[in-house]
Amino acid sequence: MVEITPQLLMLQLLTGLALGAVYALLAIGLSLIFGMLTVVNFAHGAFFMVGAFLGVYFLTLTGSFWFSLVLTPIAVGAIGLLSERFLVRPLYGRGIDYPLLLTFGLSYVLVEAMRVIFGIDGMPTSTPTELRGVVNVGFGMFPLYRLFLIAATAVIVIALWLFIEKTRYGLIIRAGSRDNEIVRVLGIDISRIWLLVFGLGTAIAGLSGLLAAPTRAVNPEMGIPVLAESFVVTVVGGMGSLVGAVVAGLLVGVVFSMTSLFAPEYAELSIFVLMAVVLLVRPQGLFGKAGLMG
Amino acid sequence: MSDSSTGKPVNLRRRILAGGAAGLTIAGAQFVSRMAFAQTGPIKIGFPTPLTGAFSSEAQDQVRAAELAVKEFNAGGGFNGRKCELLVRDDKLNPGEAATRTLELIEKDKVDLIVGSLSAATQLSINAVCKARKVLFNSISQSDAINEAKDWSFYTFHEALTPHITAGAVARYAFPKFGKKVVYLTADYAYGHEMVRGFQRAGQAFGMQTLADIRHPLGTSDFSSFLPRIQALKPDVLVLCNFGRDLVNAAKQVTDFGLKQNMKVITPVLLYTSRQAGGAEAFEGIIGGTSYYWGLEDRIPTAKAFNDKFRKAYAGAVPSDYGALGYAGIRSVLQAITEARSTNATAVANVMRKMRYDFYKGVQNYRLCDHQSVQSVIVVESKSKAMKDKYDVFNVLSIEAPDEKNLRTCDELGHKVLS
Amino acid sequence: MIAKHRVASVLVFLLLFPLIMPYEALALNILIFGLYAVGFNLLFGYTGLLSFGHAAFFGVGSYLTGITIVHFGLPWWLAIVAGTLASGVAGLLIGFLAIRTRGIYFSMVTLALGQIVYYAFYKAERWTGGENGLRGVTVEQINVFGLTRDFVNPLTKYYVLYVFVALALWLVSRILASPFGAVIESIRENENRTAACGYNVARAKLLIFTLSAVICGLAGALRALHLSIVPIDSLHYLLSGQAVMMCLLGGMGTFFGPFVGAAVFLYLEDVATSFTTHWMAIVGVVFMIFVLFFPKGIWGTLVQQWQRRASSVETK
Repeated sequence: MVEITPQLLMLQLLTGLALGAVYALLAIGLSLIFGMLTVVNFAHGAFFMVGAFLGVYFLTLTGSFWFSLVLTPIAVGAIGLLSERFLVRPLYGRGIDYPLLLTFGLSYVLVEAMRVIFGIDGMPTSTPTELRGVVNVGFGMFPLYRLFLIAATAVIVIALWLFIEKTRYGLIIRAGSRDNEIVRVLGIDISRIWLLVFGLGTAIAGLSGLLAAPTRAVNPEMGIPVLAESFVVTVVGGMGSLVGAVVAGLLVGVVFSMTSLFAPEYAELSIFVLMAVVLLVRPQGLFGKAGLMG
Repeated sequence: MSDSSTGKPVNLRRRILAGGAAGLTIAGAQFVSRMAFAQTGPIKIGFPTPLTGAFSSEAQDQVRAAELAVKEFNAGGGFNGRKCELLVRDDKLNPGEAATRTLELIEKDKVDLIVGSLSAATQLSINAVCKARKVLFNSISQSDAINEAKDWSFYTFHEALTPHITAGAVARYAFPKFGKKVVYLTADYAYGHEMVRGFQRAGQAFGMQTLADIRHPLGTSDFSSFLPRIQALKPDVLVLCNFGRDLVNAAKQVTDFGLKQNMKVITPVLLYTSRQAGGAEAFEGIIGGTSYYWGLEDRIPTAKAFNDKFRKAYAGAVPSDYGALGYAGIRSVLQAITEARSTNATAVANVMRKMRYDFYKGVQNYRLCDHQSVQSVIVVESKSKAMKDKYDVFNVLSIEAPDEKNLRTCDELGHKVLS
Repeated sequence: MIAKHRVASVLVFLLLFPLIMPYEALALNILIFGLYAVGFNLLFGYTGLLSFGHAAFFGVGSYLTGITIVHFGLPWWLAIVAGTLASGVAGLLIGFLAIRTRGIYFSMVTLALGQIVYYAFYKAERWTGGENGLRGVTVEQINVFGLTRDFVNPLTKYYVLYVFVALALWLVSRILASPFGAVIESIRENENRTAACGYNVARAKLLIFTLSAVICGLAGALRALHLSIVPIDSLHYLLSGQAVMMCLLGGMGTFFGPFVGAAVFLYLEDVATSFTTHWMAIVGVVFMIFVLFFPKGIWGTLVQQWQRRASSVETK
């Protein structure tokens, strides 16, 4: 048995934050779409997976991780826009079940599309050269890329926050997530906003796929466990709450990491236990609005 | 247990029948007439395997190699003019689906026998269905459980290695070389635990010391949170007791965290396909065991012959380890059918029990008590430099010759029948 | 006609069902998953509660049937009873916790509790076989009223399990036709108003949750006997998802819909799987088409058509 030193705990915490960064990004997209459109996007894991594939593809095509970082969210967001316009839009007003089933079907199609285009094995990935190696963080050695992951998430979250708090579109989005009717009465074309939000949410999912790609194997099935985990995060944070998504993302990452240290085989279970406890004590999640969805 | 004891007298009778005394007994007459009836159609072999899911690439290679074996058999005239027909079914890596597909093959397609599977759970479910219906099943996927008396039946054959043998071979090669302190990172399921047991048992001889056996949930995609502790434990050897995509991710993240600089990383089963999917960098320097690597062709003539046939049939590609098992699994049952002059499960099983065969990797035979194929284990090291082409990914470090000593004993498995 | 004698119509159909299916094992799967979807529909279609954790009940039913046969040597019919009761108990416990939440949070609590059940069985390797699954649930012969039958024979197996499904369907039909059936449907339409009318909504929800678990548990129990193994994926959340899909595909809130959904889902998958490894794309596209163009599901759409025709005939 290894001695539990403060250094080890700090390292474990940092690992958890890096894990949580990806969870937070996924949950933001999921929460944004749910808060605005009341669509439970079951294809979110698939968009993450598509982001990883396209990200690696653009990386090999352009030879630059940074180009890929720009191209991937645009490409995945475009798929998101098309899906909203032609598949999800006809279902508004039909309740929560139909978009859920539709996006489930969509996820199957996206998985199969990647299998056909890129093959069943997936693609080998490697860390971008600029971000390779391990650095001394004071209490141990830590991969540079995972530090970058935390920083990149922080930048994306701040950018998103500025967009929602400081721009006119952001204002409409905030208003729309409170009351769609009022926004419509004010003469704003809400369907365009919905389109934008779905595109934005899926673009962030794609971006998180690209960001996660250098840390793990890229294969068509990689989105399936991710979907369940990001649902847990979204629900713990409170559906529709962006602050909740970030806080819960980091929390889930840290809980997973700490369980890995003390009771490794229960790491995966721990996040479900966390969700059950949170929901039984606070049924609307940590930052959720009470009474949402009946 | 009951099967192996009741199996005995039946064998004896069948053996007499095969020996030419067939027509003398009533049972024999029935047997022959049934045989004559069955002789009209082709020999049907059911082949359930996960064409979709996490092991689809391995499974599709199994099918390619199995089809090669069938083609060869048919080109050679088949058996008594009867051609062989391979019925491939996708079990989706799901044991329930595997059982359903096997039922379909037996009840609807009326297959003569079953070869296939890829995963411990699916092979056990296929085996359960075959066992209840006394259909011969040749499993081409690793597991320790299938050899144990409680799952095994007289009709169960195991063409693949077991985690016990593979782990043992890697341990015997690597443990004396790299130090005494070991940490295991183990997928938390029977297969993972079986691999650890294999290492620990073999490690006793070298005085190995287990610092920790860290069990991770099956299907973990990010192992980073298990790694700081391993770093802090400072082992000489880190053993990755997981498989397929778990292994790819673990190898990748172990590399990213710089663990390879301080410890040797080894793994019981290093698949050719995993190495291709994970890339050279992630697997650099990792040592592991395998049932087959195409590079054996320098030393083993049958490997050369098999590779050449495979290359010719599939545009220069080389067979993977699991692919080769598909080939061997089919060839051994077809050879047994030819020798037994029958597709009757008991007759075929009796021939297989006595067979010594060399189809692709040197001489093999089935151990009598559990029908485990006794075969060599190849220990390889993944390389990232001086590769001749995209197929050239491993250096063969050693070949452990087939030896029943390396298997778990019949007694330990619960078999009462004497071998 | 069909509406009046719905149980009888369904049973006659299921009696002939194996004859039109490509093989018996598929017919048995449809029979079992149809029942599973019917049990799920009690909660989802009729009460309006979307659970993502129903695999827990299917799996508990399956495992307890298997465990009582393998480890305790219970006769097969008693094992079915044990499995079904156990899932009822599981339903009562999980339901007690879950009905405190609403909407999407209800779905998520059931998912989380279902996962906990999954891990409990996964870790209890000695009893359940863990990831390898429980093997040895072999029933070779059954003895009913002095008649011995070969249970390995697929048709015998089908008709024996059919009897249990028939009983369950009769029970579901009785529940739905009872005043309690009206209460749960009014909860779906308007929970607050139902409470205002003086009904104990919480108790009604818990009762229907438990009943739903019992039906799903019975389906699981039958599957253990059908496959002679209990795979760990019987408890997996993907199986919970499958119940939702089958209900929506067939038509939620209709009596026969879930059965149609199960049949189409499994048949489609079976056929698609046998001619392409890209079966997921076909299944995915079919789902999207149904959601977009046949939102009431297959059976729901048919029923709607019949009603429209019937009413137009009447007005003429």
